Amino acid sequence: MNSTLQPSKLHPTDLLRSATIGIRTRKQRASLSALGIMIGIAAMVAVLGLSQSSQAELIAQLERLGTNLLTVQPDAGLGRGAGTLPETATDMIARIGPIEQTSMLSAVDAFIYRNDLIPTGKTGGISVQAIDQDMLEVLGGSVAYGVWFDDARAAYPNVVLGSVAAKRLGVREISGVLQVWLGGRWFTAIGILNLFELAPDLDRSAFVGQPAAEIYLDHENLPSRVLVRVDPAKVDQVLTVLAVTANPQFPEEVLVNKPSDALEAQEAADDAFTTLLLGLGAVSLLVGGVGIANIMVISVLERRGEIGLRRALGATRRHVASQFLGEALMLGGLGGVGGVLLGIAVTAVYANIKGWAMLVPPLAIVGGIAAALLIAGVAGLYPAVRAARLSPTEALRTT
Amino acid sequence: MSETATTPTVLDVIDVCKSYPTEPPVHALRGISFSVTEGELVSVVGPSGSGKSTLLHLMGTLDRPSSGEIILAGHRLSELSDRNLSSLRAHHIGFVFQSFHLLSSLTTLDNVAEGLLYTGRPLHVRRELAEIALRRVGMGHRLDQQSAKLSGGEMQRVATARAFVGNPSIVLADEPTGNLDTKNSDAIVELIEELSAGGATIVVITHNLEIAETFPRVVGLRDGRIEYDRGAVA
Repeated sequence: MNSTLQPSKLHPTDLLRSATIGIRTRKQRASLSALGIMIGIAAMVAVLGLSQSSQAELIAQLERLGTNLLTVQPDAGLGRGAGTLPETATDMIARIGPIEQTSMLSAVDAFIYRNDLIPTGKTGGISVQAIDQDMLEVLGGSVAYGVWFDDARAAYPNVVLGSVAAKRLGVREISGVLQVWLGGRWFTAIGILNLFELAPDLDRSAFVGQPAAEIYLDHENLPSRVLVRVDPAKVDQVLTVLAVTANPQFPEEVLVNKPSDALEAQEAADDAFTTLLLGLGAVSLLVGGVGIANIMVISVLERRGEIGLRRALGATRRHVASQFLGEALMLGGLGGVGGVLLGIAVTAVYANIKGWAMLVPPLAIVGGIAAALLIAGVAGLYPAVRAARLSPTEALRTT
Repeated sequence: MSETATTPTVLDVIDVCKSYPTEPPVHALRGISFSVTEGELVSVVGPSGSGKSTLLHLMGTLDRPSSGEIILAGHRLSELSDRNLSSLRAHHIGFVFQSFHLLSSLTTLDNVAEGLLYTGRPLHVRRELAEIALRRVGMGHRLDQQSAKLSGGEMQRVATARAFVGNPSIVLADEPTGNLDTKNSDAIVELIEELSAGGATIVVITHNLEIAETFPRVVGLRDGRIEYDRGAVA
């Protein structure tokens, strides 16, 4: 007498439709609960996007500036004074094989003022450096206003101002003949430089030609810093011999630096900050997940009648669980997609302000949506199981 | 009545008891036995607490008896798993509830189509059958109406259409007129009679004796026992 029993079925498309019923019925509540996830994902995508964009910018910057610049300075340690390198240091260094270019700076014991009426104590922290003309090229610097030195200009009382030095002196641009008071006599300011990316301390300097320093400031051009451009493949070898070459007698009194390391260190510090922000994003995501769990538990309580009806219409426990789990996943998916879009928008705006090329790692997009779905899935599991376990008669008793 | 001897039995309730393990235990049903044959229209009537709703839940496979057996559409319910009971409900049982249980965000058409959701039929087929069912209950003019905007009488018509849409072996109606005024109540009774005349097997649970008496067979329940069974086919 037993006819075969056809199993009750729910097509995936029908499951999808059923899972949207709760969201369609309570749109505001659904969007608010998706918002929690959205903020978390947006934070993570933006943090990853910004860190990637800034890293790309750093790589571009390093490529532009090169990582083969080395500076040689006397170690201004305790009891050693500011010090200078031996007179022969520049020539000796230039003889090292893989060295491509050198430039020598000599710190001048003089101060620069806007005019001769400024009290001598108000130096503005500006140092005066006697330089050779190669400095600008070796440092990868550029002129913002006016001109740089040539042989003739270097031999006369002319001065070129670093970017910060110019601001402190109140010099905004070079127009006409502009005189400044340097070392007790008038010098003509002929140029203002842009910021040096590899030697920020030189932004606070005023530069005079070495011949002029000798003639007008009575300065003996002893090297206080030697800038060196090295064959990029041999930077490490050169690093090991520079100190001995510069000062064979007291190599321990020589300090050798690689300025590009500072930029990389700064990036490493940014990385630590990125990790912190990612952590905050993860916490926000977790809170979003708890929000979804909360909403789904309430939804199950409110929709007991619907659950009872569905069981009466032939839904299995699994069908009921999938419907509620599907609804949670849909909320998570909405939050995830919205979060990724918001994260990309934030990255785009910030990168635009900073003048960077925008870069959002594809992994952050895929991972963001996957994380949202995962969190929502975990959050929806308990309410879904609770809905499935509800006895149909109990559920139908509620109206 | 010789032709009724060959009419197949749709529902067989055999010595069914249902107790709830409360303190003290509640014996909601005590040894209920009766059968419903194909095309019959039966009302189960009794006062509050007589065990009507428990009986409906057991017949509708929403709950299991403490003892006894129920055979529905040829299937012994005690032998079926929870999943198979769901399948039986999807294909063989239609429900009409006192509180309608319509999904407010859906149209009347989709509410009726939901009655076939778990049968595995594609959406367009479900909608076609739902439209036929709605026209049959006189709701053909409100197919796209949001169900939340219907009157009580209209809601019960839609719910009735949902119960009949899959042409089930049996329709169980739990106080179908309980939330309706007299006029709408009469209209729903009339609709049930029409559907029965069309060949459907229907059991109506009600506390309203007046309504129960309008149906050809009346099973009276009191304190979990059958008090009388009038008009049963031989």
